[in-house]
Amino acid sequence: MIQFQDLHKAFDGKQVLTGFTLDVKDGETLVIIGYSGSGKSVALKHVVGLLHPDAGDVTVDGRAVSTLDRPSLAALRREIGFVFQFAALFDSLNVADNVRLGLERRGLPADEIAERVREALALVDLTGTDDRYPAELSGGMRKRVGIARAIALRPRYMLYDEPTTGLDPVTSAVMDRLMVRTREHLGVTGVVVTHDMRSAYTVGDRIAMLYEGRVRQVGTVEEIRQTEDPVVRQFIEGRPS
Amino acid sequence: MIAHVGRSAVAGIKAVGRFGQFVSDMVRALSDVATWGRLTPVQMRRVGVDSLPVALFIAAFTGVVLALQASYTFTGTVPLYFVGTLVGKTMMLELGPVLAGLALAGRVGASMAAELGTMRVTEQVDALETLAYDPQSYLVVPRVLAGTAMFPVIVALAILTGILTGWLASLLLLDLSTQEFIKGLKLFYRFKDTWFGLFKSATFGFTITLVGCIVGLGTRGGAEGVGRSTMQAVVYSAVLLLMLDAFWAMVLLR
Ligand SMILES: Nc1ncnc2c1ncn2[C@@H]1O[C@H](COP(=O)(O)OP(=O)(O)O)[C@@H](O)[C@H]1O
Ligand SMILES: [Mg+2]
Repeated sequence: MIQFQDLHKAFDGKQVLTGFTLDVKDGETLVIIGYSGSGKSVALKHVVGLLHPDAGDVTVDGRAVSTLDRPSLAALRREIGFVFQFAALFDSLNVADNVRLGLERRGLPADEIAERVREALALVDLTGTDDRYPAELSGGMRKRVGIARAIALRPRYMLYDEPTTGLDPVTSAVMDRLMVRTREHLGVTGVVVTHDMRSAYTVGDRIAMLYEGRVRQVGTVEEIRQTEDPVVRQFIEGRPS
Repeated sequence: MIAHVGRSAVAGIKAVGRFGQFVSDMVRALSDVATWGRLTPVQMRRVGVDSLPVALFIAAFTGVVLALQASYTFTGTVPLYFVGTLVGKTMMLELGPVLAGLALAGRVGASMAAELGTMRVTEQVDALETLAYDPQSYLVVPRVLAGTAMFPVIVALAILTGILTGWLASLLLLDLSTQEFIKGLKLFYRFKDTWFGLFKSATFGFTITLVGCIVGLGTRGGAEGVGRSTMQAVVYSAVLLLMLDAFWAMVLLR
């Protein structure tokens, strides 16, 4: 279970999160929606300790992330797969080596690493791209390698930062299907950050809207579709004010 | 006015604090040999390939100029074989390390800042951390070790090149015999001339790569930020290099 507890974060005096509180239950996929620049990525990065909260904290299975020492933080990160918005693949490594890097860190035997790389690339339909470099791939393929890199580690949690942003509708649907498949395959608990409502309705069990630094509303997909809250309504319908 | 000075002072203290934190993190990462051990040779090759041609090019011309300037200055009052003394001493003590160092600041420091800056703004550094790697042992330690170890080698080759071209210029343009050039070269030679220049070079290599890494990893704000970091890395490391050069002269040559 991931719990955002009264999270506060400001950059250079600019408040981004002001009491962000949200629980992610085991087994569910929770979607966080919100305007660009509202702090969705900032919230997600606190879960793996890439950012340090000004106040409040995130707990993962009871462990308060900002209080962990280095070994415990490393152990926590092993349980969490993070898929970055622009994939963040290592330019200097080919596809297979990108997927392999995290496995090598675990000190797994070579044949198991090879097997897991193969399996992860197969799961994202990228078998046979091992030797290609990130610069030679399309945006959608890069994101799929990013997913493969995360799932090869068999995490308990998957965090996706805008998995469909910038992709065409068909490729977006492919990404949605992959997220659903990953969840079925690994039984992971997921947090998906997006402003793509079609994707949110497809992959989410529940949806939370981040607005002005806090959760504006959280509910099941059905509850959000039926919402009476004017701010949430405006966002999900994509109406200019 | 006072508020402004106060703010600058606080900012300065914070910067020193961040620098200290960075260096102590780097020292801690030295224990992670498994990670930096296999990456360091790659960086050593890169430092060598990036900086050797330009360092040798500069040294070759400097050697010629030094020989001609020495003979021009002596104008018959000082025996001509002192040309060898001046070329050797100047290359070893000052121009070899400093000119190669400035070239290295422009090539290696800038390319490291640009590379790590790009990795920072494209979240590759964050990705490395989520895979449970320490960016210090994966990115910083291999680069700083490579700079510190390789730079004395590059400078040694630059010094040899400069002395060689200085000798050729003496032979062909100044009617100085090889025996006389070598006599001058040996005249006031002390072993310290060699180790001082090479030790200084190691500290330059350390400084340039460290600055490149700190500035690169501190990059913010997209492609524009990467450009800014690259420029800053060159300026900071060149300034620090010249200050360090004066510092070692004061500490070790008096
Ligand atoms: N490392 C950082 N340093 C300074 N400001 C940041 C940093 N990360 C995010 N911000 C700022 O925080 C705000 C929220 O950013 P972000 O979480 O990326 O938004 P989004 O909801 O689009 O993911 C933005 O105004 C952004 O400029
Ligand atoms: Mg974002």
